[in-house]
Amino acid sequence: MTKLLEWISVISAVFAVWYSIVGGYVKHPIIDNNISIILVSPIIFVILFGLYAATVVLYRVFTFNNCEEAAKELQAEIAEARKDLLDKGMKF
Amino acid sequence: MAATALDSEITKSDKYSILLPTYNEKENLPIIIWLIVKYLDNTDYDYEVIIIDDGSPDGTLDVAKQLQKIYGSHKIVLKPREKKLGLGTAYIHGIKHATGNFIIIMDADLSHHPKFIPKFIDLQREHDYDLVTGTRYVDEGGVYGWDFKRTRGLRCYEIYFRVLLQWWQKQLKTATHSNIKFKFTIYKKLYKKDILQKLIDSCVSKGYVFQMEMIIRARQLDYTIGEIPITFVDRVYGESKLGGSEIFQFAKALLYLFATT
Ligand SMILES: Nc1nc2c(ncn2[C@@H]2O[C@H](COP(=O)(O)OP(=O)(O)OP(=O)(O)O)[C@@H](O)[C@H]2O)c(=O)[nH]1
Ligand SMILES: [Mg+2]
Repeated sequence: MTKLLEWISVISAVFAVWYSIVGGYVKHPIIDNNISIILVSPIIFVILFGLYAATVVLYRVFTFNNCEEAAKELQAEIAEARKDLLDKGMKF
Repeated sequence: MAATALDSEITKSDKYSILLPTYNEKENLPIIIWLIVKYLDNTDYDYEVIIIDDGSPDGTLDVAKQLQKIYGSHKIVLKPREKKLGLGTAYIHGIKHATGNFIIIMDADLSHHPKFIPKFIDLQREHDYDLVTGTRYVDEGGVYGWDFKRTRGLRCYEIYFRVLLQWWQKQLKTATHSNIKFKFTIYKKLYKKDILQKLIDSCVSKGYVFQMEMIIRARQLDYTIGEIPITFVDRVYGESKLGGSEIFQFAKALLYLFATT
């Protein structure tokens, strides 16, 4: 099964549940009391997910290791390499 | 007894073929070769470097020829092609000519430092992994020279990739169990040669998507993967070959994989 099909099946299952509740096919006092929340719950879910994603992205941006040391070491090695290669007869 | 003797025979004959595709890398190539020699001649490992130049107009091939003279043609192998045919096919071309039983793939632009190669090899041998990849996400791993936008871009792709393609997926088997779920390429790494060949054969996509498809296939095929923390210093010389359409291509590539895998 491709990812696309996986997504379609999960989303349609969730939608079926949501629709049966909103459409009044299932009756329960809890549902009746919270019907407005249930109605907008897909939007709430999308917003929450967006916030989660944004938080994760930002967190991971700011905790990304900046390797000053590695960059300095590389610069030194580049100088050393050029010198050694010139000695070996390399023409740059 | 016989088995252990045979084992050591086999490990003794291990050879590592390092594939270096180049396109306009005349400044970087001598440095990267010098570094590879520096860090691998320190070890007992047998290796060769295969330079696949795609007719770079800046004369990278001449530089490669000079290097071959300095280091010898058993160590530096030149397999140039007439014109720019792309990175993916450059690797396939290189594998065809590789005499080693392991393949190491790296960029010639100095962003992957050769000092990590012995660590990759050691880890592979210790656990007999099918492939070993670098991670920028644990311990002393990291990047240098990336601005906020680029880091943010990378992080966005990771989450996009994960949500679309790996939400219900089991974890890859890795040593560190780091954030491999977020990782979307395992391109530039150490592989057993036959494993790399199988991976490439099992991929249907071409070009950029190929990089991402490989990690998906590796999971499907249940390969074992080791990880080494690496630092990634952005290229010092030369230009990136990836233009502004990169973002668009990535997004498209992921959608393609989404619909087909
Ligand atoms: N043979 C060959 N090599 C290529 C081709 N395109 C890129 N390369 C080389 O492949 C490596 C990776 O290319 P890069 O331009 O560094 O791509 P990148 O690492 O994704 O992006 P940057 O590091 O930001 O430039 C470098 O060593 C290039 O010289 C190609 O068409 N043919
Ligand atoms: Mg690069």
